[in-house]
Amino acid sequence: MKQYRCTVCGYVYDPKNGDPDNEIKPGTSFEDLPDDWTCPICGASKDQFEPAE
Amino acid sequence: MQVYEIKKDIYWVGAVDWLVRDFHGYSTYKGTTYNAFLMFDEKNVLFDTVKHNLCSDLVHRIRTLTDPEKIDYIVVNHVEMDHTGCLPEIVELVKPEKIICSKMGHKNLLAHFHRPDWPYHVVENGETISVGKRSITFIETRMLHWPDSMFSYIPEEKLLISSDAFGQHLGTSERFDDEVDESELMYQAKKYYANILYLYSPQVRKLLKSVAEAGLEIDMIAPDHGVIWRKGPDKILKAYEDWSHHRGTKKALVIYDTMWHSTEMMAKAVADGLESTGISVKLLDLAVNHRSEIVTDVIDAKGICLGCPTLNNGLLPRMAGFLMYLRGLRPAQKFGFAFGSYGWSGEAVKHMNKAMEEWKFELVHEGIKVKYVPTHDDLKRCKEAGQLMGKKIIEALEDQA
Ligand SMILES: [Zn+2]
Repeated sequence: MKQYRCTVCGYVYDPKNGDPDNEIKPGTSFEDLPDDWTCPICGASKDQFEPAE
Repeated sequence: MQVYEIKKDIYWVGAVDWLVRDFHGYSTYKGTTYNAFLMFDEKNVLFDTVKHNLCSDLVHRIRTLTDPEKIDYIVVNHVEMDHTGCLPEIVELVKPEKIICSKMGHKNLLAHFHRPDWPYHVVENGETISVGKRSITFIETRMLHWPDSMFSYIPEEKLLISSDAFGQHLGTSERFDDEVDESELMYQAKKYYANILYLYSPQVRKLLKSVAEAGLEIDMIAPDHGVIWRKGPDKILKAYEDWSHHRGTKKALVIYDTMWHSTEMMAKAVADGLESTGISVKLLDLAVNHRSEIVTDVIDAKGICLGCPTLNNGLLPRMAGFLMYLRGLRPAQKFGFAFGSYGWSGEAVKHMNKAMEEWKFELVHEGIKVKYVPTHDDLKRCKEAGQLMGKKIIEALEDQA
């Protein structure tokens, strides 16, 4: 599963780890994150993420 | 030590740093201040602290007003150590009932001071707490300029304590905007924006919009560095509006480094071309201009020309370092042009073009490389490239108007 990088702060969402701060279970793909999910570091919305190289 | 009542029962109790000249690589030739504020009400509140080495200044000022143990709450608007460096000492002295911070503030305080036992009180974005006759509303301002940053707004006083936003590294005995030289003040405010906030311009635009929509009444903005905006809160808000929108002006920079003056000759020719079209130009040799001053000029320049000779198949280190610094600040919406001399391989122009392409600058020319020493014709081509950029800038600004 693809990793996505926050264009505001540089945080990388790794599906392997999920996002425990926002109660996202490990194994959740970026696409499957809820629409109102935000970056755990800076609060940026999902559309401010891009695929990480 | 002097304290200053900035609003009824609200005092400046911070510290002036007359000595600092280098703030993690940002040149601070005028020193700075670390502002902290003490508000007396049914609950007494200390907003922020100061850098570690100036802790005794803060304590001294607090003691001229009250016994530190009478302070009930400490608000941490920003965890960076110039505002929290003496927090452990202050917590020890004050024994606060609450240390108020944002969710990220809580995490970052733990990661700085490793004190899970402190009495944290985490506030939500927009939450208001009453402290007696007055209240404090906390506004999260994530990434302006750390994840933990927030504003404290006191509606009854129309006072916005804005943490690092709207700050200036300007160390003075004066506390207010109307007491200092205006052009110096605006320059230092711009330099602060350029070096600290420029990369978060989209977030600044969003914040300004939400502040306007919320209809917050503000007649004083008290940042954590420099003087307090009491005469011109609108002026600094308007400046932030302009800077965050990348509103370029009729201005171009020729930023260069040189080994044996060839690239310098080219730089002068480029500047000459720009000047001939009526554009305001600055010729900035990286050897004598500090990067933090150059980026201050970058934010309102519409054109950026970069000149560097090739050294060991790459860039001179000063240009490489400058590009790394500028890249982090995310410049946008500018015209670009690269040039430089070389001896045998000549990669420098390619590297500078690549950087500007990454920033989505519109390159007005493919770039000019000159072997060893420019001829008359080479310099003519450089001048023409400068003229081309000048024309592009004028056209773009006409379209923008
Ligand atoms: Zn982020």
